Formats: sequence, structure tokens, C-alpha cells
Amino acid sequence: MPEPVRALPNDVDLARLSRIVMRRQAGLSLRVASVFVVLILGLPLVNRFLPEVANYPIYGFPASWLFLGVIFYPITVALSVYFVRRSDRIEAECKDWDTLGESGARP
Amino acid sequence: MIAYAWIPVLGVVFMTVATIGLGLWATQRSKTASDFFVAGRSVSVFWNASAISGEYLSAASFMGIAGLLMKNGYDALWYPACYAAGYLFLLLFIAGPLRRFGAYTIPDFAEGRFDSPAFRKVAVSFVLFIGFFYTMPQMKGAGVVMGAILDLPYWAGIVVVGVVITFNVAFGGMKGITFVQAFQYWAKLFAISAPVFILASVFGHYAGNLESMRYSPEAIPPLSGRVESEMSAWTTIKVKGAKDAPANALVFPGDHSVQIQVPKGAVISKLSATHPETPGAEPMGELMETDEPSSLGTPPSRTKRRFRSGAGPITIPAESELRLIGHRVTRAGRYVMRDGVPLPTTTKIEFAKPTEIRLPSFEVTPNAPPDGRWIAPFGPLTSKHGYPLLYTYSLIIALICGTAGLPHILVRFYTNPDGRAAKRTTLWVMVMLGSFYIFPPIWGTMGRLMDPVLYATGLTDRVVITLPRKLASPLLGQILSAITSAGAFAAFMSTFSGLLVSMSGALAHDIYGKILCPGASPNSRMRMFKFAAVAIGAASMALGFLVESFDIAMMVGWAFAIAACSYFPLLLLGSWWRGLTKYGAGCGMLGGGVLSLCAIVTSMLLDKKVLTFSVSPLMRSLMEQPAIWGVPLALGLMVIVSLATAKAVPSDVDLKMLRLHAPEEMGLSKNYIEH
Repeated sequence: MPEPVRALPNDVDLARLSRIVMRRQAGLSLRVASVFVVLILGLPLVNRFLPEVANYPIYGFPASWLFLGVIFYPITVALSVYFVRRSDRIEAECKDWDTLGESGARP
Repeated sequence: MIAYAWIPVLGVVFMTVATIGLGLWATQRSKTASDFFVAGRSVSVFWNASAISGEYLSAASFMGIAGLLMKNGYDALWYPACYAAGYLFLLLFIAGPLRRFGAYTIPDFAEGRFDSPAFRKVAVSFVLFIGFFYTMPQMKGAGVVMGAILDLPYWAGIVVVGVVITFNVAFGGMKGITFVQAFQYWAKLFAISAPVFILASVFGHYAGNLESMRYSPEAIPPLSGRVESEMSAWTTIKVKGAKDAPANALVFPGDHSVQIQVPKGAVISKLSATHPETPGAEPMGELMETDEPSSLGTPPSRTKRRFRSGAGPITIPAESELRLIGHRVTRAGRYVMRDGVPLPTTTKIEFAKPTEIRLPSFEVTPNAPPDGRWIAPFGPLTSKHGYPLLYTYSLIIALICGTAGLPHILVRFYTNPDGRAAKRTTLWVMVMLGSFYIFPPIWGTMGRLMDPVLYATGLTDRVVITLPRKLASPLLGQILSAITSAGAFAAFMSTFSGLLVSMSGALAHDIYGKILCPGASPNSRMRMFKFAAVAIGAASMALGFLVESFDIAMMVGWAFAIAACSYFPLLLLGSWWRGLTKYGAGCGMLGGGVLSLCAIVTSMLLDKKVLTFSVSPLMRSLMEQPAIWGVPLALGLMVIVSLATAKAVPSDVDLKMLRLHAPEEMGLSKNYIEH
């Protein structure tokens, strides 16, 4: 098992520190994922139970085709942009050793 | 001979030479072992994203999606959408932590996370396993394209692609192929998009083409397509033989009579008619053999023999014309009526050996689904076993989770300088893949309307190569075909190089460097890498020769389902759940991976009629698309076994979790391969 490059201060409670670092990232990931899951798992239900919505013509495209074949890609990119921005902000707040210490990593 | 047939060859030669040249150029800049394995981690976000996209867009993406969409309509849109969406899951849950952990390969991760050298061996075997499954369809694609453009035998394409790429990888390692793959992404994007704009100006734009299919749900495009170029009265179709089943069948819709000219000596192995929606009813198809080929549209001359559906085998003694007539559904000797007209049925003619037949060009295309079924969700692909919603969901899960678990893609994340760059790279990959994946469905839609003869010949996979030849100008057509041929070549070459790097890396780095000879110096590992690349390249070519009769999409499906049920749960839980133990991870990976593989292989053997036991349609759907139970099964096994073996949780799991998630500035990450 490789050792960490930098020695940790002795008084850091690793369990609490790792939970703090992970919890906010996990919350963000789950939020974005749930929006996406609702979209992609909802579309087959719309196709199945609301065919008049799925077939509604938009510029010649059936609505469902336009969504899955074209609009879907910008939507996933938009979700990723949101995620990357928020994730960077969380990391910027986390990297400062001392603020973390104050927020409870030191007992 | 088709005019200007040499032009596509130029496209392929150009792509091959460019690949070798760029590979050599980049190799001169690749000096250290770290350069070799992980491109020195110096690749910028933009180029790394181009390289990942270039590597990911395989034969299945470049040719397969257009063909699958042409064949199945709306349902095939799930493929590109989920291929791209898989990266969102990678971004959200895996990309950052994996890079931060500082391991170079998935087996490194597996060992480092659980402090278990034994677990490394399980993980390595999956790298090789998934890698070979993914290599076979690339090889098949290479063989098929060479056959389509050069009339070379199947093995020739495999040898060209195999040798060029093996040479490139063995000499350049990761840095060599990073530049090559980045170039190949842009080449592929150009090749799939530029011809579309020219073709659409002649064949109609995307929305217009789709709209034209909205009005008559029963319509099927004529064999000649809706193209206005020169049209001969008869269309020749090469039908395959029984050994390529189900590609040896022609299925005709049943509302009118069809003239079919067959050569002397042809054997129809079976004539059958079906209408599954009316149980208890008997479809009635009739095939008349007439005296001699008549001219187009004339009534049949003297009838020699008549066959009812169910007949076969039928040998045709002399060149003759068959006339398929009156396919209606009957019950107790009377027509089954619907809406005041006799209900038509479809008739299927299966041939025993490869046969060239001729059909009138104005005739509806056999094997093509009608417009209404093609354009609407839950068409022929997902509803074939009667559970369309289940099939759709299982397909979505397999494709998304499979993408997030492909070892040759994951290895790419180690070429990022840090976890933040890994996330940015993934974001750019999604932009690049999204831009690409809008186009293949446009090809599929145009192919349906303009080149429908591919339905009859079962060669829809070729649509990106053959569609441009439908243009009135043969010169322009061949130039565009050259562009797409070059793009298709770029597709197999880049994916195959990525696979070769990850498999050779697994052999050199994991098996040789960690298991066989733990103290090996970076240089001896580098020599081993080159040796492994040559050996695996040769093995891949040999496997490629064996899979000529399998579907590209089917083989890619195997690889995705195995990855989804094995690596994806390992990476997801390994990065986020501190309670995961090596026993849990191992049981989940093996259980999910092996069971889903068995299900897929059994289902495939049933398709090919090697196995003949009967399975309920629900079971059949679940076997063909195992992800919907395989992924939860693997996750569940991991959780249950881990809870039962909680003592095996590594003692420093908190430190490991920090290394996975803490920003680099905290100084907890460590690179596995030092500069």
C-alpha cells in the first residue's frame, strides 16, 4: 500500500474528514443523476402511455424523435457543465486544510 | 464495374498512411516509460477528450448505428443517446475519483483499494475478456468494409487493420496513439457530417424525410428508393444461404402479388406465412411457379406448380419466375376480415444457398418494416419478444452502465494530469460525442428512403458506404463514399488501438510487472508491452477470422453487458462505499459478469438455432438484454457479501476514501508510475 505523499497532521480524524469531503460531492452527483434518470427513464413511459405527445409534430419531427435524436445531447452537456462548475466550487472550498479543520475534521 | 470505384480505395489508403505517419511522428517524442504507458500525463484536456472520443467511436458507432436505425427505426436512437449518456455517469461518479486514486489500470485500482493481489488477477482477467469481446466486432467491421469497397476477401481487411495498428501500438505506446486517436476523432466527425450536407441537398433534409413517413403507416419504400436517378426495371438481390440464417430470408408484406425471377437450381428451403396477432388463424400464402420468365407486369404464363405456405424444400429445376400471391389470413377456410377487407399476412421465403434473384424495382422492399412501425417507438427491435418496455429499459441500463465500465476507456482517465482535468475531459467528450451522434440517424433515415435494397440483402450496416453512390453523379458519389470509407477505417483502427493498449498494458503492467516479475524495471516492462502488443494483435486477428457470421451489434452488446454487470458495480461501490470488501467485490463481479454472459450466449445460440429448447418470451427478453437484472444482481451481491465479511474492510479505508475524493491540493494523491 503506497503511503500518502504528505504526512497528515496527527490530530486529524480521517473518518470524519473523508466523510466531509465525500458528502457534498455525493450530494451533487446524486442531484444531477436524478434529473437525468427521470428524463431517460421517463421517456419510454411517455412513448408508451402518451403517444399523442410522443408523436406531436415539431418542424416535421415527431416530438419523441426530436428529443432523443437531437435535443438529448445538449441536455446531457448542460447537466455536465452544471456538475463540473459546482464540483469545482466544492473542491475549492474543501482544499483549504484549515477551514476543514474548523468544520470538524479535528476533534 | 462501377465507375470511379478506385476513389474509395484512395480514402482508405490515405487514412492508413496518415495513421502510420502520425504514429511514427508521435513516437519520436515518446521517451520515458511514463510517456509510454500514460502519455506522461501531459496531454491537454482538449486533445485528451479528442483522443477518448476517437477511441470510443468504433465500427459500431460509425457504421452500426446508421445501419441499425435504418433497419429498426426509432428504437435504434437509444444506442447513440445512451452511448453518449454513459459518459454523464462516468463524470458524476467515476472519472474524478478514479484519476485521483493514482492507479494506472483498473487492476491497480482493484488491488490498491482492497490491498489484495489476488483480486488483481480477477480484475486483469476481465480486462482481457471484455477486450477480446470488443475486438472481434471491430475486426469483423474491417473485413466487411474491405469487402464492400475493394472486393477483397474477408480476411484481407482484418490483416491490413491488424498489422497497421499492432505496429503503431508496439512502437508508440500510449503517447503515439493519443495523437493518432485525436486526429481520428476529427476525421470521423468530418466523414460522418460533411457528406450529409451534400446528400441532404439532393435527397431531402432530416425533418422533411421523417415527415414524409408520417402519413401512411403501412407504406414501405420501393426497392428503387425514392431517388430520381436512372432506374432499371429489375433489381438484382444477392440472398445469402441457410448458413447465414436469418439473413437468408425475404419477408414480403401480403397485400399484392410479387414477381420473383429465380435462377436454375435455386432451392427454397421453406415457404411460410405468419400473422401473429390472430391466434387460431391460418395464414394462406401461395407461390406459383410459371413456365418461363415473363416481362415486367404481364400476367403469368402457364402455371407449372403451386405451393401453399408451409411447403419446402422446393427445388427450381430451370430458370423461372415465381409469383407470390394472395397472402391472406384464413380461419376455417374463410378470410379473416378486418375493417371490411381480408386481413393480409406476411410471407417469408427462405433460401437454402446463396442465390441471385431479381425483383421489379417498383416493388415494395422485402424485409423493410412499414413507415408507421419504423418511425414510432417500440418497433421491431424492442417488441420482438413482446415486452417492449422491459426490453427498452434493459437496453438503456446496459448501454449506460456498460460505457461507464469499459476498461479501454477507463484507462484513458489516467492520462489526465489531475482529477479536475479528468472531469473537464469527460465534459468535452460529451460535447464531441453529441456532435457526432446527431449524424448517424440522419444517414439511417436517408438510407431507408433512398437505398432500401440494403434491407433485402441484409447489408444495412453498409449504408454509410453505399448511400452516396445513389447520387446522379458517379464521381461525386464515389468521392463521398471515399470519405465515409476513410471514416469507417479510422473507426476500427482507433478503437482497436485503444483495446490493444489496454490489453497489452494489462499483460505488461499487471501480469508481468506485478504478478510474474514484481521487481521488473520500467524498461523491461516497456519491452514486455511491445511483445504483448504483437501477441495480442495476432490473437485478435485470429479471432476476427472466426466471427464472420456474427452480427457487429450483437458482439458489441456482449462486451457492454459484461462490462455493465462487472466493472461498473466495482467502480461505483469501490469509489463511494467504504464498506465494500474484496470478497464482496469479487463475488459481485464474477456473479454478475458470468451470469449475464451465459444468458447472452444462450440467447445467441437460440437465435442461430444451435440450441432449440423453448423459452417463454419474458425469459427470452431477459436473456437477450440481461442488464436489467445483471446490474442489480452484481450490486446486491457486492453489498450482501461485503456486509457478511465486514472484517475484511481495509484498516486504512478512510485514507483510501480521502485519496479518491480529496482535491490534489490536499496532497493525498500519489501517482502509481513515477516520472
